[in-house]
Amino acid sequence: MEHIRTTKVEQVKLLDRFSSSNKALTGTLYLTATHLLFIDSHQKETWILHHHIASVEKLALTTSGCPLVIQCKNFRTVHFIVPRERDCHDIYNSLLQLSKQAKYEDLYAFSYNPKQNDSERRRGWQLIDLAEEYQRMGVPNSNWQLSDANRDYKICETYPKELYVPRIASKPIIVGSSKFRSKGRFPVLSYYHQSKEAAICRCSQPLSGFSARCLEDEHLLQAISKANPANRYMYVVDTRPRLNAMANRAAGKGYENEDNYSNIRFQFVGIENIHVMRSSLQRLLEVSGTRGLSVGDLYSGLQSSGWLRHVQAVLGAAVVLAKAVTTESASVLVHCSDGWDRTSQVCSLGSLLLDPYYRTVRGFMVLIEKDWISFGHKFSERCGHLDGDPKEVSPVFTQFLECVWHLTEQFPQAFEFNEAFLLQIHEHIHSCQFGNFIGNCQKEREELKLKEKTYSLWPFLLEDREKYLNPLYRPQAQEFAVLEPNTVSFNFKFWRNMYHQFDRTLHPRQSVFNIVVNMNEQNKQLENDIKDLESQIKKRKNKQADGVLTKELLNSVRPESPMLKTSLCFKEQTLLPGNDALRTIDSSNPADNRYSEYAEEFSKPDPAVVSLEYGVARMTC
Amino acid sequence: MEFSELIRTGQAQAELLRGPEAPPLRGTLCVTGHHLLLSPGPQATPDLWLLLLRSVDSIEKRVAGDSGTITLRCKDLRVLQLDIEGVEATLNIARSIEGLRLGDAWHFHPPERYYKRVARETNAWRLSEANEDFSLCPSYPRAVIVPRAVDDDALARSARFRQGGRFPVLSYHHAPSRTVLLRSSQPLTGPQKRRCAEDEALLRAVLAGSRPGARGFIVDTRSAQTAKQARMTGGGTEAKAAYLGWKRLHRPLERGRPLQESFVHLVEACGDLEQSMDHWLSRLAGCRWLAHVKEALSTACLAAQGMEREGACILVHGAEGTDSTLLVTSLAQLILDPSSRTMAGFQELVEREWIQAGHPFQLRCAHSAFSHAHPKHEAPTFLLFLDCVWQLGRQFPLSLEFGEGMLLALFDHAYASPFGTFLCNSEQERCLCEVRTRTHSLWSGLNQLKEQRKLRNPLYVPNPLALWPSVEPQSLRLWQGLFLRWTRPPEPSEAAWEKVWQIVTDQEKTEGSQPTVSASEPQL
Repeated sequence: MEHIRTTKVEQVKLLDRFSSSNKALTGTLYLTATHLLFIDSHQKETWILHHHIASVEKLALTTSGCPLVIQCKNFRTVHFIVPRERDCHDIYNSLLQLSKQAKYEDLYAFSYNPKQNDSERRRGWQLIDLAEEYQRMGVPNSNWQLSDANRDYKICETYPKELYVPRIASKPIIVGSSKFRSKGRFPVLSYYHQSKEAAICRCSQPLSGFSARCLEDEHLLQAISKANPANRYMYVVDTRPRLNAMANRAAGKGYENEDNYSNIRFQFVGIENIHVMRSSLQRLLEVSGTRGLSVGDLYSGLQSSGWLRHVQAVLGAAVVLAKAVTTESASVLVHCSDGWDRTSQVCSLGSLLLDPYYRTVRGFMVLIEKDWISFGHKFSERCGHLDGDPKEVSPVFTQFLECVWHLTEQFPQAFEFNEAFLLQIHEHIHSCQFGNFIGNCQKEREELKLKEKTYSLWPFLLEDREKYLNPLYRPQAQEFAVLEPNTVSFNFKFWRNMYHQFDRTLHPRQSVFNIVVNMNEQNKQLENDIKDLESQIKKRKNKQADGVLTKELLNSVRPESPMLKTSLCFKEQTLLPGNDALRTIDSSNPADNRYSEYAEEFSKPDPAVVSLEYGVARMTC
Repeated sequence: MEFSELIRTGQAQAELLRGPEAPPLRGTLCVTGHHLLLSPGPQATPDLWLLLLRSVDSIEKRVAGDSGTITLRCKDLRVLQLDIEGVEATLNIARSIEGLRLGDAWHFHPPERYYKRVARETNAWRLSEANEDFSLCPSYPRAVIVPRAVDDDALARSARFRQGGRFPVLSYHHAPSRTVLLRSSQPLTGPQKRRCAEDEALLRAVLAGSRPGARGFIVDTRSAQTAKQARMTGGGTEAKAAYLGWKRLHRPLERGRPLQESFVHLVEACGDLEQSMDHWLSRLAGCRWLAHVKEALSTACLAAQGMEREGACILVHGAEGTDSTLLVTSLAQLILDPSSRTMAGFQELVEREWIQAGHPFQLRCAHSAFSHAHPKHEAPTFLLFLDCVWQLGRQFPLSLEFGEGMLLALFDHAYASPFGTFLCNSEQERCLCEVRTRTHSLWSGLNQLKEQRKLRNPLYVPNPLALWPSVEPQSLRLWQGLFLRWTRPPEPSEAAWEKVWQIVTDQEKTEGSQPTVSASEPQL
């Protein structure tokens, strides 16, 4: 609280980012310990979590006041005009402090209290159990076993404690291999495909330099290969561009030499590194945030940013994995440099293509827990939770969500969840409201005692499950057992609902999704009502009760349109517009749209007589 | 002729015999504009029986006592017998079927019909048959709607002052704001800046007949410079001083060969499966198709906004007034007029604003995107219209009664069709070729029952408001259903659509079955 000097500023204007009319909402700005809140004259609330703020900028003073531009990590951009410069300066300074915390303990999750008791909290954390998940995959089995080599994070600090390795790989082999891998991240199981007996494994790059080799590492790879009785060879997929991998050799790292490893098939898939991705998305957002953007500018901006090309590369790599497993029954080992960014993307997407379970609401949570959280994707650094090195920040997870979104677009019936679910998860990787994404690896999370001090996101998402369901989902459909996405260029589109999720004027004015969800709900409700009524009528008949009661009975069962209930902790996040109300914006104001610019012509006072008439006319209409 | 006029009796009780194999059906019989319906009540299966009236080949009626029998022989060789209660009802139904089964779909959407609606809303306009013999304007239909205050002689003079004789005529009357949308071709002012008193009087009369104090805007679909240059070849624009109360806005829209080339380039890009992302995006930007979509939509929005928000009358023209002009006027109507968003209303819109209004389909759609021949008159203006409608439908997915299938069908039929609807370049040519008597109408083809599901939007809910789309580039999307129709497997999305249909049908069923339960109530 010591950072807050001004808690309330009145007469603040909020400008719309895209509408041309320069119309602004006037209201009051409040600064709380966790949120920036704007309440406009219609009592509409805009909540901005301090942790969501990526940058605050104070622009040059204008006649109407001091402009303050806030860019958020969830791609919200707000433009306030504060009447007095002093207030603006106070808020600016406070936000600078509040948006960048120095210690984990200052993050929202440590103070957030959803009014749950300890046992509920504990149960919440137990909701997703990875041991259960490995069991579901079919391990341990005769070829794979649970290894306790990393019990005290001794071999690898950034790996989880429980790791699955080939049964024939002894502990010395594991230890030896880990010494030959960057950050000790030796090859372990990520996904096991039961019917093909093939595995997706992950690791970091080998410390091979120009000529170094490690027999234990070679043995471990052979063990993985042998753990798959269906095939003699295995694939090793280096997700980096060949050039980057070669450059790493000079630093004593690099990639597997096919001559040293027996029966491996090595290939590069050319996904760029986190720095390229960061500037790519930055460029994309610059382009899409331009006012008065032309169609040509958008597409050449999309091209020059390279973002869709990167998304295509990531998804393409996942397809390589899925193909190897399904068509050749071959195991695949995936790595990049450290094996926590591109490797997480590719392994999780590969599993998503192979296993319908991960396309359910719960399965998707499991997938994120497994391939991202437990295997040490550095959420806190990548999302910039703390004031740290900006070069560590990168939208790797956002890009993963975008790949999933592209899959949902190609296979509208294959996923149990909808777009709102992806957006909500994205919201919370940055919100620091829940403990799941805080920290960079499991060891760090244990040290932070997150399970005792914070809450898990997943039970709260499950509570609102109805909101995230895809009404078109066909769970048992055979054609969606393994997804084979088309990665031809024109299947990739700009994800407007992510990058412009708060720019309502750019969205479709009506949502098919809501209406279908609602109809589905109503169908179910009505069917239940019918059953209910029928059974009650039967009961009455049996009882020979008099008919007066029936009227009352009929009234008692009202088919109400099911209102989706909103739990308190989600109130501050707006999802897609229209989620709260059905068919909200049946129409919109033409002034919201760009074409009204041309209509300025209409109001130009040209000949004096006409303008007078026009003024009168305007009052009457 | 309205179909409703042919329906004598709304409904009657009847029993239907469908031959020896099928059990008889008893229920309520009903005649609609296209169908014969028998509803046996909710418990029965099927719960509704339908017969397309046009499939009836012959009809025979017999009356005995206080009931009657109608025998229907269908084109698919079925013989059906209907036993109907009541002599009067039998005769009425027989006569209704008789009248409707021949229902001449060629007179489905005459311009006269639209005039009826306008006449209900305002008295300031009349239906003129000055063009009865196509002498004023060869590309207009026989009847056009003009200000009541202007007589046919004045129309003739105005026609001589406009390119191709396309004098200003009513395109749409917007009742809520009492303003109108007009279309014409460019005035023939020429280098001498000629004027035409009758043409000026016509536009004056438009303002006088509209909302008191209304202003007028002329939306010229060419740039100011192009419009000025047109004077050298005898064309031009309305001089400010000559048309009091009217103001000119220039909104250049692409047309002709550049538009055709844009289409060709886009289709080429969509056919290349191997190209890199960069190449694809640069081709998408380079072909400028979506930029044309944006321009067309925003110009239509401008016109619509002028009418609805500013209470102004709008005249749209470019040069010839047969391409981008129609694009703007038809889209503006779709934005403003809820009735044009229904299945029938949209068909009427296409018939009135494109076919009857003289868009030269024969010339524009002679070749599509693959022709090696050098394009002369080809231009995908109509396709651009369909794309804009598709964008509207994407942004307002519940507000159009027709779906993507309808737009695809119109595209297909505009370029090649077993029906006569899109034949020729104008009404005059269609009359000379006797299109109406020698071919069938697309509309009757489309309105056959088995086509309906493909064409309709299952989620349609009438929306009385204007549809203001976002024209930001982020909101516009490539129409994959059309441009990638053959290059991309459509199965998943089609299956999803099927599921939506299923949910909607379920909804109707469950809602329908509610009264069933309450109907069994009184037995208690």
